[in-house]
Amino acid sequence: MNFWQTILPVLAALLLAPLLPGVIARVKAAVAGRRGPPLCQLYFDLWKLLRKGAVYSRTTTWVFRAAPGIALAALLCALPLLPAPGADALVSCSGSMFILIGLLALARFATVAAALDTGSSFEGMGGSREVQFAALAEPAVLLALAALARASGTCALGGMFAGTVGPLWQTAAPAVGLLAVALGIVLLAENCRIPFDDPNTHLELTMIHEVMVLDYGGPDLAFILYGAALKLWVFGTLLVNLLVPWQDAARPLAGTGVLIVGLVAVAIAIGLIESALARLRLLKVPQLLLGAGALAGLGLLLIVRL
Amino acid sequence: MNFLRLTNGAAVEIGKIPVLPFDAFAAEVTSAVAAGGRLAALFGCPLPEGGVELYAVLAIEAENALFAGRAAVGAGYPSLTPACPQAHLFEREIFESCRVRPEGHPWLKPVRFPDATTATPCGVTEFFRVEGEEIHEVSVGPVHAGIIEPGHFRFQCHGETVHHLEISLGYQHRGVERALVGGPGPRSLHYAETLAGDTTIGHVTAYCGAIESLGRLRVPARAQALRGIALELERLANHIGDLGALAGDVGFLPTQSYCGRIRGDALNMTAVLCGNRFGRGLVCPGGCAYDLGAEEVADLLRRNVQLRRDATAAIELLFNAPSVLARFEETGKVSLETCLSLGLVGLVARACGVSRDVRRDFPHGIFRFAQLPVCTWDSGDVFGRAYVRWLEIQKSLTFVEEQLQALPGGAVCGEAFAAPAPERLVVTLVEGWRGAICHAALTGADGRIACYKVYDPSFHNWFGLACALRNQEISDFPLCNKSFNLSYCGQDL
Repeated sequence: MNFWQTILPVLAALLLAPLLPGVIARVKAAVAGRRGPPLCQLYFDLWKLLRKGAVYSRTTTWVFRAAPGIALAALLCALPLLPAPGADALVSCSGSMFILIGLLALARFATVAAALDTGSSFEGMGGSREVQFAALAEPAVLLALAALARASGTCALGGMFAGTVGPLWQTAAPAVGLLAVALGIVLLAENCRIPFDDPNTHLELTMIHEVMVLDYGGPDLAFILYGAALKLWVFGTLLVNLLVPWQDAARPLAGTGVLIVGLVAVAIAIGLIESALARLRLLKVPQLLLGAGALAGLGLLLIVRL
Repeated sequence: MNFLRLTNGAAVEIGKIPVLPFDAFAAEVTSAVAAGGRLAALFGCPLPEGGVELYAVLAIEAENALFAGRAAVGAGYPSLTPACPQAHLFEREIFESCRVRPEGHPWLKPVRFPDATTATPCGVTEFFRVEGEEIHEVSVGPVHAGIIEPGHFRFQCHGETVHHLEISLGYQHRGVERALVGGPGPRSLHYAETLAGDTTIGHVTAYCGAIESLGRLRVPARAQALRGIALELERLANHIGDLGALAGDVGFLPTQSYCGRIRGDALNMTAVLCGNRFGRGLVCPGGCAYDLGAEEVADLLRRNVQLRRDATAAIELLFNAPSVLARFEETGKVSLETCLSLGLVGLVARACGVSRDVRRDFPHGIFRFAQLPVCTWDSGDVFGRAYVRWLEIQKSLTFVEEQLQALPGGAVCGEAFAAPAPERLVVTLVEGWRGAICHAALTGADGRIACYKVYDPSFHNWFGLACALRNQEISDFPLCNKSFNLSYCGQDL
């Protein structure tokens, strides 16, 4: 039973992650008075791209070709580290929160290295922006996870949420709220959503993440798009675990259901935020990310003082 | 002033235009521009006996009058640009088309790369470079990621900051001005309609104004009113579309989506006028080709009310969003001094606080009878350009409504075509939605057009965009570019 309880969230992530961008697109379309693309558009796109060939620029080297695979592999490795609400993770070891951060950093490193490998000035700019913002977003996540580690007494993601978050909401709701806001801001930044980046723009000069993958096509692009959906799922899972203190020993499998419902709610919230806000000026992005870091730090302080 | 005083859209005999020695000509132009005038046209016309005659047309807003003068030059002349920066692009164009060298011009580059066979291929030119280890160069275009016209932009950046932007156009050079020489012919009207696709009414009105004045055609009052309505509908469609695109560039979705649709409503109103959403075929020499019935007037009035309601809701959403204002304000600022010294026109100039509008300063057609308030804002940034658009949308809606309610009776196309008078110069100015459109036509001894010059507002304003980007973030370029929304083909001709 425990096996199914831990493997179901991973299977759900693999199968359902491409649904989240579809939900966001539909919400945005609905707010703007349009019908929008089908919910499963990303599945269609992935299927289309996987059947295509790839074209590589002559200036690129193996770095460029290896990057999509490395990035996707890193994200796939991150999935078993994450629990569903009220359950343990498939792979739970002490310090798995650091492994998660490391895997995300590896994916980013591969993408940025590939962007530099193309020798294009656009992609270089995108890589520079991505790294600059990541340097501020990573500490915010680490601080938030550190606060939970302190409260739960473990650095394993599996044991960090289940059984800890529920009581914590009762004793230190403001602190958990701060952590949730910080994680939410980082989620938007890491997944290149508005107000940080505009995933729909065609303007190379304004892009952050999209510009780094401009040179990819075919299966490589499919890997990147699928990886982006998984990344959204990873950050969404952290947020849902923090926000939903679900604990029901009688129905452990329901945790996965709660997770999926929670993630769809997160996607709807992202769609609404994107419909109501304009993009930030690029110079202001670090300020917001530093703000997220400060909120997470404050949450940590409050929890340490408990 | 030794130049001949002209009225917008009234032909004069070429013989009456004073021929000045070049020094006196240059002094007249420089002092008039220094006193606040604007160089509306400066072009060369080859003389039959060899050499080139330079014509200058000054638009003096304070006197509501145009002034024209000319001077003969040989293979070269001392450039006007050092004393009068407004002349820089005119002189480059003269150098390119007439091979007359403005000696001492600071930046003599090709404008349109017209002869691909002999000269360098299109776009190949010397670009300004900022040297330094940490400076990087970003070049964009001529092929872009969106469906837009071709143009090459080269940025000299330090990190995210742009120190210099150089714009190289000419990819759409079609030789329209040359094709209009020898006219008016059966295709001339269509050339005029397609000078810049989004300014069909503006350009064709300017063209017809010139032809009507040369051919002494009187345009009936009803046709004047219809032309005015079409011109303002064109302004409405483009301004609404631009505000939506500006919202899209900052990622503000609701206004982007709504305005995209509402722009279509304004275009459809133009289609009620003449069956074409861009107004093709409406304006013809002597009047308009289509009339409105009572039913169509009622339909247009109904659509106008709906348009105002929809546009107001969508655009107020934009200006009430703090996150949008944070992006618009202080972005892409053009100072008043820059605006005046470069002679910027249209809504860009009005957004810098310059009260400059052909409809008021040099009224022609319906605008001699119906005045539109000039909308200005003094910030000179993207917000200013967006807000002036919104103010003008409201004024144009009111104008369209008033004109439809009091449409004069009578025919829409009066007299038949008459041959243009020989040896005449006519200058027509029309305030298109981007700004002042200037057409200048010279007829030869046979009454045929000997020289036809077209100045789209983009011709003046492209360099303003380059200046607006100084010390801005490179990521704000698309936003600045959209706030100017200049025409590539209108400049390339």
